[in-house]
Amino acid sequence: MSKVISQEELAALFEDKVSVMMGGFMGVGAPAALVRILVEQGVKDLTLITSDTATPDTGVGPLIVNRQVKKIIASHIGTNPETGRQMIAGETEVELVPQGTLAERIRAGGAGLGGILTPTGLGTVVEEGKEKLLVNGKEYLLELPLRADIALLKAYKADKAGNLVYRQSARNFNPIMALAADLVIVEVEEVVEVGEIKPDEVMTPGILVDKVVCCGRIS
Amino acid sequence: MKTYSAKELIACRVAGEMRDGDVVNLGIGLPTLVSNYLPEGINITLQSENGFVGLAPVGSEVDPDLVNAGGKPSGIFPGGATFDSFMSFALIRGGHVDVTVLGGLQVDQDGNLANWMIPGKMVPGMGGAMDLVAGAKKVIVAMEHTAKDGAAKILKTCSLPLTGKGVVSLIVTELAVIKVTSDGLLLEEISPFTTVEEVVAKTEAKLIISDHVGVMKGLEQLEK
Repeated sequence: MSKVISQEELAALFEDKVSVMMGGFMGVGAPAALVRILVEQGVKDLTLITSDTATPDTGVGPLIVNRQVKKIIASHIGTNPETGRQMIAGETEVELVPQGTLAERIRAGGAGLGGILTPTGLGTVVEEGKEKLLVNGKEYLLELPLRADIALLKAYKADKAGNLVYRQSARNFNPIMALAADLVIVEVEEVVEVGEIKPDEVMTPGILVDKVVCCGRIS
Repeated sequence: MKTYSAKELIACRVAGEMRDGDVVNLGIGLPTLVSNYLPEGINITLQSENGFVGLAPVGSEVDPDLVNAGGKPSGIFPGGATFDSFMSFALIRGGHVDVTVLGGLQVDQDGNLANWMIPGKMVPGMGGAMDLVAGAKKVIVAMEHTAKDGAAKILKTCSLPLTGKGVVSLIVTELAVIKVTSDGLLLEEISPFTTVEEVVAKTEAKLIISDHVGVMKGLEQLEK
């Protein structure tokens, strides 16, 4: 059965107050067309889990500018001044997480792990309120898993069974987020028949993907 | 004697720390200049934390799917490899990156680094910096010796929120090369344009000064 749906069918899948993981690094590998649909549809009070908040007009940026997000969990917000403004004004809650820790927390959430132990953030504000464990004489922070209601991802190409291929540096958080959400929706530039992507070429297995939306190349 | 900018001196001296075959992550800004000054016969592989090794200058055609860790268009050398953020940070945290070069707001005599926020002024987020300093085998801080207002940046104790505790291996400024040791900060080299007295005066931290402080090495690369 094909997982491909139209852009019109997609809008009905979103509700207010859901948590959303979004792929992308500085907007590259981010689902720009899905963001546009979310902005048009107007869902609000979202919790957003993403590497960074890109710029006001790229990646997840427009969702933040349009004030649809109530909480952001990200590693970097500095390139989108609107995120910083909303954070300082107390309008949007921002939790800053080291980028590698963010990746591991999402992976833990998707891989059935109860958390991860990392040296990252020891002796910094990141360790505040967290349990520390000693393993073989070395100290680690316990970081807890992250999951979301919906993952909005971007791949270069999908087959109709949802098997995904990414290009260049546009892979980033997309493959791990495909593991860690109840509903996984992927924006792609091209959809091909099942079998056209060889099993050895698949970067994210289609069993993780619920819906595929073909949006072409967004520049 | 010809003079050079602080950035040129710092980047050139840091390049001299690279060993042939090193996997290196260069932070945004000044550290990216390091690859311009690599000595002959030293080939390094650059890691970009957004998900690849083999970072190269951008070619004649810009590929919108290929950017560096600053989000700027980039290239990738033949033999490079792309991957996801999990693999990228496993490389960083797992000790598979030999050297990371980062800028600094403050460094102190315990090897603590502060470079990610100024409370009340600038809270951009730490990005991958905390993972890099926790996991790279060698952490080089490449920064100007003092702040724009002349305030010392090499301190007894950092006052800004830390990026990492006890993580710095080497500090390279336009004035000096300072090694972080278990006994404290060891002044190893000074630039040909300064004196030990000037370095001490511009450093708040206590410096261990050996009897034979050297002249900054490898600056002949500046002429090339």
